[in-house]
Amino acid sequence: MDIFIGILEQGMIYAILALGIYITYKILNFPDLTVDGSFPLGAAVTAYLMTNSGDFVSVITLSHNPYIICVYALIAGSIAGLVTGIIHVKFNIRDLISGIITMTGLYSINLRIAGSANVPIFNYDTIFSNSLMGSIFPESLLKYKVIIIATIITLGTKIILDLYLKTKSGFLLRAVGNNQVLVTTLAKDSGNVKILGLVIGNAIVSLSGSILMQQQGFFEITMGTGTMVLGLASVIIGTNVFKKAKFMKATTSVIFGSIIYKAAMSAAMDISFTKASDMKLVTAILFLVILVFSEGKKKKVKADA
Amino acid sequence: MLELKKIYKIFNKGTIHESELFHDFNLKVEKNEFISIIGNNGSGKTSLINIICGSLEIDSGQVSFDGEDITNKKEFQRYSKIGRVYQEPSIGTCTDMTVLENMSLADNKGKSYNLTRGIRKNRIESYKERLRELDLDLENKLNVKVGELSGGQRQAMALLMATMTPIEYLILDEHTAALDPKVADIIMKLTEKIVKEKKLTTIMVTHNINYALEYGNRLIMMNQGEIILDESDFKKNSITAAEILSIY
Ligand SMILES: Nc1ncnc2c1ncn2[C@@H]1O[C@H](COP(=O)(O)OP(=O)(O)O)[C@@H](O)[C@H]1O
Ligand SMILES: [Mg+2]
Repeated sequence: MDIFIGILEQGMIYAILALGIYITYKILNFPDLTVDGSFPLGAAVTAYLMTNSGDFVSVITLSHNPYIICVYALIAGSIAGLVTGIIHVKFNIRDLISGIITMTGLYSINLRIAGSANVPIFNYDTIFSNSLMGSIFPESLLKYKVIIIATIITLGTKIILDLYLKTKSGFLLRAVGNNQVLVTTLAKDSGNVKILGLVIGNAIVSLSGSILMQQQGFFEITMGTGTMVLGLASVIIGTNVFKKAKFMKATTSVIFGSIIYKAAMSAAMDISFTKASDMKLVTAILFLVILVFSEGKKKKVKADA
Repeated sequence: MLELKKIYKIFNKGTIHESELFHDFNLKVEKNEFISIIGNNGSGKTSLINIICGSLEIDSGQVSFDGEDITNKKEFQRYSKIGRVYQEPSIGTCTDMTVLENMSLADNKGKSYNLTRGIRKNRIESYKERLRELDLDLENKLNVKVGELSGGQRQAMALLMATMTPIEYLILDEHTAALDPKVADIIMKLTEKIVKEKKLTTIMVTHNINYALEYGNRLIMMNQGEIILDESDFKKNSITAAEILSIY
């Protein structure tokens, strides 16, 4: 039972990350490695704001409130996306390289923001545990508190994204990833649309970093490693498993993809000879397996056609 | 009026592959002209169009619309006055989006792509109307992804989308070349109808000499970056396809 709760908690929190990567990878068609830096960026900003939450500035900027801190994480992530976008669009640097440049720089920036490589926040209010939550949740539901809160945030993010993708701006974003030339002939600067997509994607990724950090109770500089692989795995699982389910929105598939992925990870880590430090290796191998499977499917489709 | 003055274009400048395409190239396109451009592969037809649209930079010279120098205007800015249809139907549409979404996207050209609804419900009937005129069964496929349509259906949509909002110039680069003859005819008829309705100044590259003669009112033949024939009165002078072919 507890293991299922754990999977759902993790799956829901990482689903936010997957939604961000869905924007850049699937909608924008941009393999964005910035996320390995913007995910811990959200966590670093959270660590800084929480541990400095007594001072005068924090009272003015409301940054002592964990919910407002999430907004600051969003803003920080959007700046990271903006930087990658400008590097790619204005300086004509390849997509992968642009992301790597920002990600590399962010490593140092994250350390500066957080103050050290490991910052515990067990003694501070988080979105999961504060006096308000204590009074809302009855004793019997306390066990499901994290799942419930994470699910609300994930669904909220999903619904806002779904609504956005149906606006004129959202249409343009979808068009630029599919057919950049069309956007140009619509008399729109396709570069700016791409930058906007990177801003949105990284804002969401940074938010998920903040939320994960608040749930696990500490910031860790290495928490960004493999973010891209992990999020992308969820996106690919989700969009492939539920490909036939036309009634289901891609954003919904991605959320389920994240939960399935966490379940698979948990199963793999449960095998007796794996230890905690094998996590990233298991992540990589599982990702490879997913890729091989989904690619294999594609080839078959081609052969059938 | 669209004008190209003293255009020079050298590809791969400073390398062993250096080759000059345009050397003091000049062209004046009057309002409401329908120019058909023919010529061998590699004669510079697409490059000429790319220079007009700003997708290809020139080494020197001037491009102007209605007397206004637009040489330094970016490609996307120039398209506020230009509608363009390419040879490949997929370039003119967004294959991941539905017919309705594509029409709405194009319908908003020139306006702000903001946070209001992408699909304007009150426009759906008028989209259906336009699609019905095509007689390609598109009016019943509003919620089908464009990627699932045939090449002809897509190209018809590309043409509608390129000409939906007020523009002055229509630029067509072999836009019927990838289609079977029957569908190509439909697309050409549609082209003519739109050009007349919207009074567009049109430049059409084609390999189909019959189309060039039938629909255009000025014929330009290109060879190695030069205009080797520029005929406005061919309808009167009754130039025939056979005569053109003999120079071709
Ligand atoms: N980007 C490019 N780089 C180098 N050469 C090019 C480029 N684009 C076109 N050319 C050359 O310019 C000439 C004209 O090409 P193009 O305008 O495509 O001709 P057309 O459309 O008439 O077939 C060809 O010789 C082609 O090789
Ligand atoms: Mg060509």
